[in-house]
Amino acid sequence: MQVRRLAAWTALPLAATLGLAACGGGGDSGESDPNATVSIQIAEPQHLISTNTNDSSGNQVLSALFAPLVDYDEQNKPFEVAAESVNSTDNLTWTIKLKDGYTFHNGEKVTSDSYLNAWNYGAYGPNGQGNSYFFEKIAGFDDLQSKDPDGDGPQKAPEPKAQTLTGLKKVDDLTFTVTLAKPYSEFKTILGYTAFYPLPEAAFSAPGVIKDGYEDAPIGNGPFKMKGTWQHDAKVEVERYDAFPGDKPKIAGAEFRIYQQLTAAYADVLSDNLDVDVTVPTENLSTAATDLGDRFQQSQNSSFQFVAFPTFQKEFSKPDVRKAISMAIDRDEITKSIFKESQISARSFVSPVVAGYRDDTCGEACEFNPTKAKELYQAAGGPAELKITYNGDGGHKDWVDATCNQLKTNLGVDCVGAAEPKFSDLLTKVEGKQPVGLIRMGWLMDYPSMENYLGPLYTTNGSSNYYGYSNPDFDRLVQEGTTAATPDEAVKKYQQAEDILATEMPVIPLRFGQNVYAHSTRVKNVEVDLFQVVDMTKIEVVS
Amino acid sequence: MFRYIVRRLLQMVLAFFGTTLIVYALMFAGQGDPIQALAGERPVSAAQRAYLTEKFHLDQTGIGGFFYRYFDYVGNLLRGDLGDSLTGRKIGDMLAQAWPVTVKLAIIGLLVAILVGVTAGVIAGLRRGGIFDNATLALTLLVLGIPTIVLAPLAQYFLGVKLPLFPPTAGAEPSIYALLLPGIVLGSLSLATALRLTRTSVAENLRSDYVRTAKAKGMSVRRIVSVHVLRNSLIPVITFLGVELGNLMSGAIITEGVFNIPGVGFNLFRGIRTEDGPLVVGLVSVLVVVYLVSNLVVDVLYAVLDPRIRYE
Repeated sequence: MQVRRLAAWTALPLAATLGLAACGGGGDSGESDPNATVSIQIAEPQHLISTNTNDSSGNQVLSALFAPLVDYDEQNKPFEVAAESVNSTDNLTWTIKLKDGYTFHNGEKVTSDSYLNAWNYGAYGPNGQGNSYFFEKIAGFDDLQSKDPDGDGPQKAPEPKAQTLTGLKKVDDLTFTVTLAKPYSEFKTILGYTAFYPLPEAAFSAPGVIKDGYEDAPIGNGPFKMKGTWQHDAKVEVERYDAFPGDKPKIAGAEFRIYQQLTAAYADVLSDNLDVDVTVPTENLSTAATDLGDRFQQSQNSSFQFVAFPTFQKEFSKPDVRKAISMAIDRDEITKSIFKESQISARSFVSPVVAGYRDDTCGEACEFNPTKAKELYQAAGGPAELKITYNGDGGHKDWVDATCNQLKTNLGVDCVGAAEPKFSDLLTKVEGKQPVGLIRMGWLMDYPSMENYLGPLYTTNGSSNYYGYSNPDFDRLVQEGTTAATPDEAVKKYQQAEDILATEMPVIPLRFGQNVYAHSTRVKNVEVDLFQVVDMTKIEVVS
Repeated sequence: MFRYIVRRLLQMVLAFFGTTLIVYALMFAGQGDPIQALAGERPVSAAQRAYLTEKFHLDQTGIGGFFYRYFDYVGNLLRGDLGDSLTGRKIGDMLAQAWPVTVKLAIIGLLVAILVGVTAGVIAGLRRGGIFDNATLALTLLVLGIPTIVLAPLAQYFLGVKLPLFPPTAGAEPSIYALLLPGIVLGSLSLATALRLTRTSVAENLRSDYVRTAKAKGMSVRRIVSVHVLRNSLIPVITFLGVELGNLMSGAIITEGVFNIPGVGFNLFRGIRTEDGPLVVGLVSVLVVVYLVSNLVVDVLYAVLDPRIRYE
């Protein structure tokens, strides 16, 4: 009875502020209300287990429920949060000391085992975790995988040789060591990703088996705890966890409201029905500034848009052809007229958000120069017909068509944009070596390092190198970078590697993305980070 | 009558399995790489790919693979297990969550269509050629001409955002009030058709012999219209509305998306986008049942409305 009355009293002023704020349209002035909750737009997360979550909606929810070992500062360098220190003398064996005082939301202490159990679970092949590749660098990873002996045949894959990573060793309750398979200077940077959160004992029903239902109410070590369970397609609610020893959030809780369409969320934020709309849909960009004023904001993110040349198509084998096509594209025109400046023209092969980024590494090849482009194209004997293949479900048609029109005018060639229904259909065609022409690609980083662009996108065995670019010198330089003694030396190697890309142009850099987000009149200090995640410790409610 | 209904129910079982087979075959044929579709543009980890392939028998391809997977699915279905979606959720749970809100929405849409459509249709039919008749003609033509994909965002913007009469989105557990605007948008197309149908039918029946006889007997206009004309005029309208109920439930993809209602259309859209075969088949199977049942109800209603129609 007592509790219920209390709830009614707190609900009343909340409703009142809502009404007032809607009338007054107040800005940053005034105090903040620590007892209020906010609502934030997400899509339905695919998973809410740290080792399986890699979509931005899942990351958003888990970022509220968990505290990472390290986070990133203004320069995107890692600093310790739940870790006391992360050290290594040889970049091979890393000692991680945990801060004392962190507890899970069920009261359990966070210990070395919380991390080791979670990481072993994530790395174990048969668990099929989406983030398992994050643990590849740790010694013993291969022994946790198993190959189906007859490919896709009737035989089942045998049990992997080991259940736990040999590279993970507990020293005491708050210290453990991680031995990598090869030295890696930026291991500390990786630790900020979702995959490296700990899991409590309560998450497991037996060693190595996640309890049924844990995913619907994850127990974390972060500033917020679950309120109720994950209501699929509807919402995930969290409330402040008072025993959290780190930076205290300035709100009492949050509702992550699930939207399938961005336009619906935008309509809600316009009418103060939703507090933070993390992605303003492209069709509303032209009116958002007048609709919302300074409640419409932009911040950097890590996305990188480019088109790639499939190596199996001979007509693109000459670097001069590739350069000529790149020079015939007026990037600034497209970012202005189609993206309304919500994206930035790209003239480098890695995003500006990582350490070691340099402007204009692509040089002349990314400068718009139609006359020179045409000369070069004709001299190199480029094909008379070009095609840009893209996935039709991602809103790419406008800019692909615009790019094609520029190529038509500036190179005097025929160009068509060919839509595939989905990105997976596009990949199927590329893997089948069908003549797809140029292919649209995009990349979001997992952790802020040049290596996270150079490795997956351009090395021979890169996970997203669907277009088959391969250069042994490049591979060697990236490899040397990852094993370099210090991050600074690593960056030097990466930059040398990037210079090779500029001469060979395996892809045409087009644009760097930005977060374009909007918030209601109720909230202030809304920050969306590089991973498209709202900073849950900074957001405040205007009182 | 009883034998007729039993016979129809037995036919429904056949129709049900026939349609699931066809839908399953279509999903199977159109399936590219569902694991990549699920991951979007991110690379898929080898462990994850192996796990999902094993779990959903995605390595079974070709004709043999199709029948293997289909009978696996039907076998589970008969045991009451609709299977798992590719994201790992139980499809049974997803359906249980999606259906109630869609049913509510469809009923609101249907009620709007009946109340407004039939009433206005009767008035327009009685005063054929008058101002009301011409005005509704113009209005219904306009509504029929605007696709939902335009109508829904416009209604949301003007009635939800600019002039906040309704909440702009409804959400997962909406009140009837929050569902009103999406319901009206959804029902507007049926409303227009129902209005046109009723009007034509009423206008035609007003000139029939039995109406003349009734008038000659000196019956009141009210009784002639409400008992004789309306009852006879409703047969085509009922046929239309019966089929429309199924359409309203399955056709809410756009409306549910715009107003953020996680119902059947919302899930169907997601299932198709992520090539989630089991989810789409599960949703469509239930839709098929809805169609079959509403058609049966319509056929039985014929006999109620027109005693000349009898079923053996």
